[in-house]
Amino acid sequence: MAAETALALAEALTAGTTTAAELVETALARAEAARPLGAFVHLRADAARAEAAASDARRAQGAARGSLDGIPVAIKDVMIHEGEPCTCASRILENFIAPYPGTAVARLQAAGAVVLGRTNMDEFAMGSSTEHSVYGPTRNPWDPSRTPGGSSGGSAAAVAAGVVPIAFGSDTGGSIRQPASLCGVVGMKPTYGRVSRYGLVAFASSLDQIGPFARTAADCALALEAVAGHDPADSTSLPEPAPRLRAALTGDVSGLVIGLPREFFDADGVEPAVLDRVREAVAELERGGAKTRAVSLPHARYAIATYYLIATAEASSNLARYDGVRFGRRAAADTLAAMYRRTRSEGFGPEVKRRILLGTYVLSAGYYDAYYRKAMKVRTLLRRDFEQALSGCDLLAGPTTPELAFRIGEKTGDPLRMYLSDIYTVSANLAGIPALSVPCGFSDGLPIGLQLLGRPLDEATLLRVADAYQRRSDWHLRAPDPATWAGPGR
Amino acid sequence: MTAAPHPTYEVVIGLEVHVHLRTESKLFSPAPVRYGEPPNHAVHPIDLGLPGVLPVLNRKAVELGIRAALATHCEVHARSVFARKNYFYPDLPKGYQISQYEDPLATGGWLEIDVPAASAADDAYVTRIGLTRIHIEEDAGKSIHDAAVAGADRSHVDLNRAGVPLLEIVSEPDLRSPAEAGAYLRTLQHLLRYAGVSDADMERGQFRCDANLSLRRHGATELGTRTELKNLNSFRFVEEALAAETVRQAGLLDAGRDIQQCTLSYDPERHATRVMRVKENADDYRYFPDPDLIALHVDAAEIDAVRRALPELPEQKRARWQTGYELSDYDARQLAESRALADFFEAVVAELGGGARAAKSAANWIQRDVRAALGERGVEIETTRLEASALARLIALVEGGRVTAQSARPLVAELLDHGGDPEALVRARGLEAVSDTGALEAAADAVIAAHPEVVEQVRGGEAKGLNFLMGQIMKRTQGKASPGAAREVLQRRLRGA
Amino acid sequence: MGRIDRAEVERIAELACLELAPDEAERMAAELAAILGYVEQLAALDTDDIEPTDHALPLATPFRDDRAEPPLAPERALANAPERDGFAFVVPRVLDEDES
Repeated sequence: MAAETALALAEALTAGTTTAAELVETALARAEAARPLGAFVHLRADAARAEAAASDARRAQGAARGSLDGIPVAIKDVMIHEGEPCTCASRILENFIAPYPGTAVARLQAAGAVVLGRTNMDEFAMGSSTEHSVYGPTRNPWDPSRTPGGSSGGSAAAVAAGVVPIAFGSDTGGSIRQPASLCGVVGMKPTYGRVSRYGLVAFASSLDQIGPFARTAADCALALEAVAGHDPADSTSLPEPAPRLRAALTGDVSGLVIGLPREFFDADGVEPAVLDRVREAVAELERGGAKTRAVSLPHARYAIATYYLIATAEASSNLARYDGVRFGRRAAADTLAAMYRRTRSEGFGPEVKRRILLGTYVLSAGYYDAYYRKAMKVRTLLRRDFEQALSGCDLLAGPTTPELAFRIGEKTGDPLRMYLSDIYTVSANLAGIPALSVPCGFSDGLPIGLQLLGRPLDEATLLRVADAYQRRSDWHLRAPDPATWAGPGR
Repeated sequence: MTAAPHPTYEVVIGLEVHVHLRTESKLFSPAPVRYGEPPNHAVHPIDLGLPGVLPVLNRKAVELGIRAALATHCEVHARSVFARKNYFYPDLPKGYQISQYEDPLATGGWLEIDVPAASAADDAYVTRIGLTRIHIEEDAGKSIHDAAVAGADRSHVDLNRAGVPLLEIVSEPDLRSPAEAGAYLRTLQHLLRYAGVSDADMERGQFRCDANLSLRRHGATELGTRTELKNLNSFRFVEEALAAETVRQAGLLDAGRDIQQCTLSYDPERHATRVMRVKENADDYRYFPDPDLIALHVDAAEIDAVRRALPELPEQKRARWQTGYELSDYDARQLAESRALADFFEAVVAELGGGARAAKSAANWIQRDVRAALGERGVEIETTRLEASALARLIALVEGGRVTAQSARPLVAELLDHGGDPEALVRARGLEAVSDTGALEAAADAVIAAHPEVVEQVRGGEAKGLNFLMGQIMKRTQGKASPGAAREVLQRRLRGA
Repeated sequence: MGRIDRAEVERIAELACLELAPDEAERMAAELAAILGYVEQLAALDTDDIEPTDHALPLATPFRDDRAEPPLAPERALANAPERDGFAFVVPRVLDEDES
């Protein structure tokens, strides 16, 4: 039996049948039970209790702030929360305490949400398995010998394990949608610029976006409403105010046209079960009155190559600030040059170093045009593909990821193979469009996700379709068995 | 300083000037721009390069950049791009500097400079120096290596300056002597102050100059290998360093050796340049457009608005004064050089009732007496106690015959140093002009009696003798004789009347 | 497009201020070569007349008004410093060869 949704908890809080203090205790107890999964890197039990008590006091005075007030949430260890640690699962940020507020977390707090703790991730969000973490891997609640996907694996696992109804992650090339798919929860990457990046530790600035995880699309809508909207502190923030998303959840998909990109269904190396479940889900939406149409994204096959050039180039520069001078870990050395090299070599893990090297290479003299500039141009072609495809339909549908949750250690020796996990997800980041993953079935007891991609700023249609699908399916009502978690231990 | 051109080589100089823009807050953060604060007392998380921070562009900095571009005849581009310049240094918090690279704010302008005469045998001249580009970037912080502050094996890092908006102004290699470089810098400094772009105070690091210099044989068209001079922190050092570097390079070339591309510093005590770093291969800064910022779009209406808001610039003032006031080109140039002096001049003209006559008087007094006094003291008009109204009253006293020019002139320096009311000064010093006929007749008679042979010449029709006799009258009256009245009395007495 | 070998990896590592053990450099060279090999496919695309996209969505230039806010309290600015002296961050002495 799945844990309660945030909206159900909000109703219970309003009705007075529970309190925020109770919700925090339940969440902390579940976090304890889920400890072997390694979803959290930092729990703030005392602070969360205090915030819950404050929420209950507000409610008692009739001053509750909305549906999120008193709801426990988790945030990825990449989001700045004033006065709290933020390590990005990296040794180089050990002991760092954020001396300023990040926009997304500040908005959550303003909405009254209770931040239970920080979740595990691939170091600096670079990875697709949550194995590249200084804290060790996070395990998939459906099978602890497998990864939850990544890089926001901790947030996906925390929601899948029922610890919190809502968690936040960041998605640069699929880091929300892929783990959502592999953990059987809903995960959404909003339109680029929808959620402020001020206070999101940068991996690849032109691709990064904060988004929610929840068991239902309706909870995702609630979560996104709280953090979305223009922020003057982020130059890439869209001018639009926070969208009203819950109102769009009509349950009705009749008349909507769903584009099915040929390239997403033809690709080699896709698990057959994945395509089967995705096709069934699309058929279910057709039964609900949606129409489908074949579309083409001719440049989608170049997306991974394009993505890895752009993302690593930006990352190589974004990660230059970790130099041991003003914050973070510093290695002992007699000279400045040695201090820099040792600090960074000891502080970063191998995947981060690999990407910094690749990014430095593609920007370096003589290669800029062949690699970086070329990738920026292919990005234009991809963007046009989506404009074209979405001109004749309301949204696109396909698989989120080509495979089921893979075993821990299975791909760490082959970075390129790991990168190909993102084959269906990176395009949305390159094109800046919103996309989500919604559970659409299982194979061998492992969840499968349906990916929906939409027009810029049209999160509402994606959530409306996902919500309608969830009203017609019960995959999201299944829950992993906590009894299986104790085994692998940490 | 070597003033004369080098006999063998032509000197080719280009200058890169960095100026702090006059803003309240930093280029990409709301931290205040402050000088002289204790370390790290004027920083925002953005200036510290903390994880998760993002830049937002200061509108005023862009406006001031456009102002500078318009004042130097540059073309302001409709689209310019902020790029990251990547390198590691402790005072560069993010590991990159946000600058402009491929697409700068403005390109292709010029600056007209007045180059003073190098010696009595030369003439001053005016020449036009091309500007390659103007772009906006953020300043770095400061590393303090002074062992007395930081200890022998440590350096201190202060980020108060990190993120202060800078304009980089790059000249074409059009300068042909250290003196031209000096004139260029002075003109640019005055112009930027005029336009309100920058306070351009060198001592505060608001106006900094790097120079590159190469030599080629006279008549050659190819440029020689250039070296770069860094951290030149006064105009005098710029000129000295360029002169010293000319000598160094010429020595190498004369000896048949090659010039190595390198960065040098200048040691003012040894009057010599010192190699800091040899560039073995080009720096690889891995520039790319900053993905945290949107390209800077400036439309024609915005450029026009900045143009309309520009204060009158030296060349416009010069033109107005030359036509409206009939000032000479020379006077107009000198008076327009600094905004404070130009404002002072105009205020004096206004006090004198305006018009070409008033302007001529004001220009004469300022050019002759005020500038000399300023030069002697090494100060600028705005730091003295001389008020425009005081100088105007002094001029009026002279023109009204209440005091002679000769008596009045020393008062300019006095007013400059101490301020005060010229009329009271004239009275207190007893400098009122003598136009009393009796006193003048007595003086004239005495002079005529003392110089009979000159009197004979004058009576014989030699005019220059008259001036001599007038000078003698002035001497006898300690310069207080009103010249008109004295001449009249003298001529009358010479006729025997 | 370029070939990447161990020497190239070491050059890049220096630019990126990373120190690689010899075996690490060797391994990175092989991995990066594989990734760059995969990326070669982009060369086949004709992009001569294509404008690069630096941002997915077109936005007007956002500005901030020139108003100063109180700076970060110095104690907070320095709270994460690995080494400090008074209000200054401290680093090993910058030698001439470190200068850039």
